Amino acid sequence: MLSQLIPGIASLAKRGLAGWLILIGAILTVTISVLTLASPWVSPHNPNSLNVGQPLSAPSFQFPLGTDDLGRDMLSRIVSGGGIMLQVSVLSVIVCIIIGVPLGLFSSHIGGSVDRFVSLIMDSVYAFPGLILAIALTVVLGRGVVNMALAIAVVYIPSYFRVIRSQVLSIKEMPYVEAANAAGAKRRTVLARYILPNVIPSIIVVATMNFADAILTAAGLTFIGMGVSADIPDWGWDLSNGRRLMLGGDWWVIAFPGLMIILLALGFTLMGEGLSELLNPKLDRSGE
Amino acid sequence: MIFILLTTVFLIMRVLPGDPVLLHFEKMENPELIAAMRIRLGLDKPLPIQYFEYLFGLFRGDLGISMQDYSPIGQQIFSAFPATLELAIFSMTIAVLIGVLLGVESSKSYNSPKDHVVRLFGIVTYAIPVFFLGMILQIIFGVWLHWLPVGGRTFQTMAPTGLNFGDLHFSTGLYTIDSLFEGNIIKLGTSLKYLFLPSLTLGLVLCGPFIRLTRSNMFETLRLDFVTAAKARGLKDSTVTYGYALRNAFLPVLTMMGLQFALLLGGAVLTETTFSWPGLGRYLIDRINFRDYTAIQGVVVVFGLFVSFVSLGIDLLYAYLDPRIRL
Repeated sequence: MLSQLIPGIASLAKRGLAGWLILIGAILTVTISVLTLASPWVSPHNPNSLNVGQPLSAPSFQFPLGTDDLGRDMLSRIVSGGGIMLQVSVLSVIVCIIIGVPLGLFSSHIGGSVDRFVSLIMDSVYAFPGLILAIALTVVLGRGVVNMALAIAVVYIPSYFRVIRSQVLSIKEMPYVEAANAAGAKRRTVLARYILPNVIPSIIVVATMNFADAILTAAGLTFIGMGVSADIPDWGWDLSNGRRLMLGGDWWVIAFPGLMIILLALGFTLMGEGLSELLNPKLDRSGE
Repeated sequence: MIFILLTTVFLIMRVLPGDPVLLHFEKMENPELIAAMRIRLGLDKPLPIQYFEYLFGLFRGDLGISMQDYSPIGQQIFSAFPATLELAIFSMTIAVLIGVLLGVESSKSYNSPKDHVVRLFGIVTYAIPVFFLGMILQIIFGVWLHWLPVGGRTFQTMAPTGLNFGDLHFSTGLYTIDSLFEGNIIKLGTSLKYLFLPSLTLGLVLCGPFIRLTRSNMFETLRLDFVTAAKARGLKDSTVTYGYALRNAFLPVLTMMGLQFALLLGGAVLTETTFSWPGLGRYLIDRINFRDYTAIQGVVVVFGLFVSFVSLGIDLLYAYLDPRIRL
């Protein structure tokens, strides 16, 4: 496995800027994910235990990232604070792919009034401020990882739909698809065997970019107090907690959780940038 | 489009599982009280009737009454709206200015280190949570340097009164414009001081797509014949770039402003929370804490309408600016 991976990485680095973007992005996301998974064994203290050190002590040798207002070790909270965000983003991307991709495939392939109707609804959702829609949905659905992921998925399904739809519309006109139709292939076969494989690169690009969006939306929801639970360490929660603390000059309570969110979102964005250059030079991020 | 939006909001808030009245009281209370509240809010009627009442109410500008204190929602939203509008105008201006300037510079030195730095800047601003950027700016300019206030819109005595002719009174609710009407430069300065950090935060987060767009458009435009001709006539480099080429690359920027506007409003909710800016976003978060469903529904509807009207306005402006499109 490893012996296959190394030449793969080496060939990525030879692809120029795009390869480097993917490589750096992958390193960032994989490192943070592994750190989060391994947090019970890696973190020096229990992230929830109070008064491990003096409340609000600045970064020092004993507490490299300082402590928060309840004397909890920031380093331990940083190491384990990505759990909810990662779960929510993975789940929402999966839901988006499961719903958005088939919807885009069928809608554009069937065409006619069905396509117009679905597109109209998707465009309305797409035009709506995403975060506000996610807030409204979270209010109605209630808290929890699954509900938050669903709320975020609803916001981003249209992005998948639009990209898939526009791709299928152009692929549908290609001679080889016409040939398959003329040869009497079933509609299902044409979609699954001839159209879908050509759409997969776009799905990968959109999904990678969407990870960053999902993470930022999840962080935003947690920041305004609609997070999953205050008992589970979370960067978004630490930021909203630190909002009043930092006005006293205690910068470390917000700096490190914020930095982690940036690094994770940046990792996915870089990967998405690189992949879109490599796989799909013409694909525009706005989906047009 | 607007109709679908209104219907969707109604469906989300009323039809999805979960009774707003029951959710409002977290612990079970007097069932009679709950029934009374339901009647007062009109939630006892069948759904289709509720739906038509909601639509007709909207046409009359009636967004229902608050579940918290039975006060009309419309007024509260109306008084919070100008703050959000002012923030939106200023941050969009900042986003376009930064985005276009950096995009032009980037396109002039395509694929050079400067170009890569600008591109990286665009990517990083995209990955920063807007509220975190806001907090960084607060701590640098507010807490450490004491240059700018960390939050709020202005202090009580400095709220501009707008235009006054004897008994006649007119104010837009936009503090910068109202203080100009009043002719009070000090108030204008104060308003701008409070406005600067929130707008800069939101503007920076939104500038990425503008950089990308201007960069690729200018890259093509700068190689067109009319630009070469202008250069050959000995015009200054900056005149050619900003006076001739940029004008050509501006229409896509206008389209992008429409697309970005929805993102801006989402970011505004977070920015307003960070900076205690008394706009619609903070009103929304306040109401969520009270579990005030009618108010949440009202704010969501107003945000949706706001986006629709802005995109309509941009389409009209586009048709006016581009002679190839005629209405």
